[in-house]
Amino acid sequence: MVVAIAIILLVVGSVLFHFLSPWYFTPLASNWELIDFTVSITFVVTGIVFVVTNLFMAYCIIRYRHRKGHRADYNPEDTKLESWLTIITTLGVAAMLAPGLAVWGDFVTVPDDAAEFEAVGQQWHWTYRFPGEDQQFGNVDIRHITEDNAFGMDPEDPAGQDDVLVESPIVHLPVDQPTRAWLRSKDVLHDFAVPQFRVKMDLVPGHVSYTWFTPTVVGEYEILCEELCGMAHFAMRGRVVVDEPDDFDAWLEEQPTYSELVAQGPGDPTLGQASYGLCAACHGPQGGGMQALNAPRIAGLNKRYVERQLGYYRDGVRGTHELDTAGAMMRPILAALPNEAAIRNVAAYIETLAPETPPANVSGDIERGAELYANCVSCHGENGQGIWTMNAPALAGQHDWYIATQLRNFREGIRGAHRMDLYGDQMMMLADALPHEKDVNDIIAYLNTL
Amino acid sequence: MAYVAFADNDTHSHDPDTFISKYIWSQDHKVIAIQYGITAISAGIVALVLSLLFRLQLGFPDSFSLVQPNEYYQYVTMHGMIMVVYLLTALFLGGFGNYLIPLMCGARDMVFPYLNMLSFWFYLLSVIVLMASFFVPGGPTGAGWTLYPPQSISPGTPGVGGGIVLMILSLAIFIIAFTMGGLNYVTTVLQARARGMTLMRMPLAIWGIFVATILGLLAFPALLVAAIMMLLDRVIGTSFFMPEMLSMGDATEYGGGSPILFQHLFWFFGHPEVYIVALPAFGMVSDVLSVHARKNIFGYRMMVWAIVAIGALSFVVWAHHMYVSGMNPYFGFFFATTTLIIAVPTALKVYNWILTLWRGDIHLTVPMLFAIGFIFTFIHGGLTGLFLGNVTVDLPLSDTYFVIGHFHMVMGVSPVLVLFAAIYHWFPKITGRMFHTGLGKLHFWLTLLGAYSIYLPMHYLGILGLPRRYFAYGDTDFIPESANLMNAGITIAALLVAAAQCLFFINVIWSLMKGKKSGPNPWRAASLEWQTPDTPPKHGNWGEQLPEVHRWPYDYSVPGATQDFIPQTVPANSGDAPQNEQEVED
Amino acid sequence: MNISLLFVALGVALMVWCLLISQLQTKPWVSKGLVQEQGAVSLPAPRVGLWVFLAVITSLFGLFAVVYNMRAEFPDWRPLPDPNLLWFNTALLILGSIALQRARSVSEKPNLDGLKWSLTTGGLLTIGFLFGQLIAWRQLTGSGYAFTTNPADAFFYLLTGIHGLHLLGGLWFWARANLKVWGNVAMYSIEEVAHLRLSVQLCSVYWHYLLLIWLILFGLLLST
Repeated sequence: MVVAIAIILLVVGSVLFHFLSPWYFTPLASNWELIDFTVSITFVVTGIVFVVTNLFMAYCIIRYRHRKGHRADYNPEDTKLESWLTIITTLGVAAMLAPGLAVWGDFVTVPDDAAEFEAVGQQWHWTYRFPGEDQQFGNVDIRHITEDNAFGMDPEDPAGQDDVLVESPIVHLPVDQPTRAWLRSKDVLHDFAVPQFRVKMDLVPGHVSYTWFTPTVVGEYEILCEELCGMAHFAMRGRVVVDEPDDFDAWLEEQPTYSELVAQGPGDPTLGQASYGLCAACHGPQGGGMQALNAPRIAGLNKRYVERQLGYYRDGVRGTHELDTAGAMMRPILAALPNEAAIRNVAAYIETLAPETPPANVSGDIERGAELYANCVSCHGENGQGIWTMNAPALAGQHDWYIATQLRNFREGIRGAHRMDLYGDQMMMLADALPHEKDVNDIIAYLNTL
Repeated sequence: MAYVAFADNDTHSHDPDTFISKYIWSQDHKVIAIQYGITAISAGIVALVLSLLFRLQLGFPDSFSLVQPNEYYQYVTMHGMIMVVYLLTALFLGGFGNYLIPLMCGARDMVFPYLNMLSFWFYLLSVIVLMASFFVPGGPTGAGWTLYPPQSISPGTPGVGGGIVLMILSLAIFIIAFTMGGLNYVTTVLQARARGMTLMRMPLAIWGIFVATILGLLAFPALLVAAIMMLLDRVIGTSFFMPEMLSMGDATEYGGGSPILFQHLFWFFGHPEVYIVALPAFGMVSDVLSVHARKNIFGYRMMVWAIVAIGALSFVVWAHHMYVSGMNPYFGFFFATTTLIIAVPTALKVYNWILTLWRGDIHLTVPMLFAIGFIFTFIHGGLTGLFLGNVTVDLPLSDTYFVIGHFHMVMGVSPVLVLFAAIYHWFPKITGRMFHTGLGKLHFWLTLLGAYSIYLPMHYLGILGLPRRYFAYGDTDFIPESANLMNAGITIAALLVAAAQCLFFINVIWSLMKGKKSGPNPWRAASLEWQTPDTPPKHGNWGEQLPEVHRWPYDYSVPGATQDFIPQTVPANSGDAPQNEQEVED
Repeated sequence: MNISLLFVALGVALMVWCLLISQLQTKPWVSKGLVQEQGAVSLPAPRVGLWVFLAVITSLFGLFAVVYNMRAEFPDWRPLPDPNLLWFNTALLILGSIALQRARSVSEKPNLDGLKWSLTTGGLLTIGFLFGQLIAWRQLTGSGYAFTTNPADAFFYLLTGIHGLHLLGGLWFWARANLKVWGNVAMYSIEEVAHLRLSVQLCSVYWHYLLLIWLILFGLLLST
């Protein structure tokens, strides 16, 4: 008896939950209202079945519960009833399947006028490529990948010379333009998903997959990786900014093509050395850093990392939080580096400086630190050497007070929270997992042994 | 004839006399079943605790920090694999399959008792190897229970050192164990049925276990093939599945392999695996419903056909797990169609369960409550399956919490409710004692309501777009604060449900010692296992004489009969006086 | 892909067959009494067990064959030369199978003396086959086709290896039967003789089946 009432209440509760819960699809921002439509049909059909079958069961339990002297009917089967039920079920299933297949037909057929771009996934971030003026993508190969050719572009392929390369997790797309996203992975499986667009598709290494959609609402949406791709899977985020066509064109114009990047060449350390004088005042002539001036060691840091951080200081992405007083000191210095080339040169010089090991200040439980460091090792490397493809700087040899400060800054949103700090959100999420002072000290104690 | 294989005075059912030969190296199917059951439930408790740990992280990401990202993925992986393979598969087939097949078919034991014993010991070994991965450097694998390469065997995934190797080895050992057990179950059902026990007189529990075992025998090789090839990729560097790829910043030696190939193999096993768990549950719940509703199962023939049809169809739907895997998208048409076709026989089973209640005489005993709870959760889980099986509807929902909600409802909560129904139902036969009804009911209510409040909201979080397998959500724009609150609520519900399971264990221990003596047939059931001369049945099950079967197992409330059930052993024209006496009220 | 479709078709056919067999049409609540099952298999349980096991093996090797074909479609596939030795090995296995078939027919007779030689020959020929396979492996590794050189090579070692393992398993049962045969057969009880006959029978079935699988694998290896 109670169980029948409970089932009735659960059914009523589920239906109410469906209508009252604040969690439902995000507002649609693409052409795929048909997908939402198929979902609605499915909700209607399954909803009816859910309510009817459960209520009938509850009725049976109440009506035919055991009473003294009552006996059950004996009816082994009723083929007529079963046939009717089969037919009705089949019709219900067909009502869901037919529209589903029809819409899938649209989904696998990319319109002829679709524009193209390529989303490239790797552990654990996104980059993008547009085909450029010739509307053709150049060949790429894992074996061509170097620090100066992160996409692995084939230098010989003429089709690739005008490809526009976007080395950032943020991509722009024009509104109301059917767009085919080619999906390529450099390492493991990933998945390109934008909840507001409703579509998603896996990226499979060794294979190029695709999906298509027409963004219909100007705005900014998150790209999520939805195929488990390793320990930082949850931190693999990108953003797609849907622009008016003019804004999109302007943005695309600013992005470098492959041939421009080649022409620009790597930074020149000898030119960089000239500008380094200014840095030496705080970071020391050999880039060893000085705690009294809040200056970390920079010697030997990967040039891509240094370039990015210097750019952040210049653009007010880093060093602008009111609590980041040390970072604020960097900002005026950047005035001395007039352009991108100057930044690249000084970064190239810094990379050549030979690191020396600073003194240890922090003590902690090294063994526990080693266990915790297992969560850092995938990006910062077995020996804390940093891995450029992960955008992760070296940690070994860095001043421990600096690492402690930065971990705190990430955790409290002092660093990394700016929307243009491209990979800061990853460190923010990971630093969240180390809420206690002891965690930080243990990790640092371990890092000091590397 | 089929039943001559086991003569009444069979030579090899000699009675074991020492403690070791009776309880450790036992070849008695009942002891092996209990060994399987205890091992599986112990593994399940580990998996349950793991789930609480990562649920605490998901519900309260900033408060506890009990798990780090690495551990989160390791626990999620181990939770999934243990629950699906080492708990559910092992408990349904190794546990209940072993216990019920000889008793319900009227055999003295499995036809290959020695092999049956080996099966358990291999299973135990596989569990030990799996658990050992917690203690190797780097810990267990965190590749997700699907173990997709390349990430499962490349750096960046926890446990890529020893964990993944042990996981693969453990699976291989499990498959060997399962094959040895499965050969037994199938052969016993085919060859060792009692006189008069025709195929269509077998209880649905046996049908479910039988077809599920066949599925397992044919599907597990796919996992074995995938496991062997991935092991070779991992250990000696072949490129069966591994493409050209970057790893930790450098190009690897791998080249040319296809990760999608692995997924096809995995799901060729993985989808039948769903039914390997579901079909025994379907069968056992049918029997429980029929006994406690005092009514024959409605549409027995349809139920058998549905089990066979679902079993066969389950081999042609695997790629519905791969709609967004990057495989040829045109496969979507085929697999969506087959997947939705399988919904028809499944729906018919649900209708027939409810129609069994219809015009019945429903005793709301504890097993019956669990069975009714199962129908409710299974309807819910089955219907959400229609969302995910339909290729277009799957697009926005794939890889979100909707999937988690769906498969926990259909493959977690539902089979577990059946397991509890079955344990409460057969407990008197297994132990000779009744369990405590009040505790059992409390256990039921907390489990059903708690589990529903865990998984119903998950569906809606998934529709909102929360991806699964995320350690933390950070500041994602479209995720409102209310979703985080809901996540915290789900965690609290999960803790409650887990705590409620203690009631079950208390009940089992209490009843083993203090429970009322149950007599041979407390539920006044008609099927063969309740007609044994001893309760619990002794070695050899049937005493001097094997039983003869004269009717189907669902002769309840037959018009004109004096009692409301007629045991299968009662001859057709001998009146219908069953030899049972005692009635247990709910 | 074609082969997986074949698999699908087989599965569906099996299902249809299951549904069509008349047993499943009976209404069990109608017929009462000690009904005799129509068409039930009256085989000893070990034989049924063996056939179920063969179905498992079929699934295993069938899946290997499917994966082999699917993997072979990728551009990095470099077929390896099939050593001529394989033809010789195949002949050995065929002869082994014939010898076991002879052993089986001898075992039906009351006098089991002829069994010794044919059973032993069959086993020895199989051991010869396995050694032949090992030599073929060495020839291939010697000429630069290592396990990891190319997926085609890896598959060659894998498939022959798995097949060999299954033969080894068979040899275990053969060895046990063979020990029995070389014992004092005349003193055996009726049950022991029956058991021995069954062992020989099952060995021959298993051998024929593994020969069939080898022929299919060999064809597969030759075809690419």
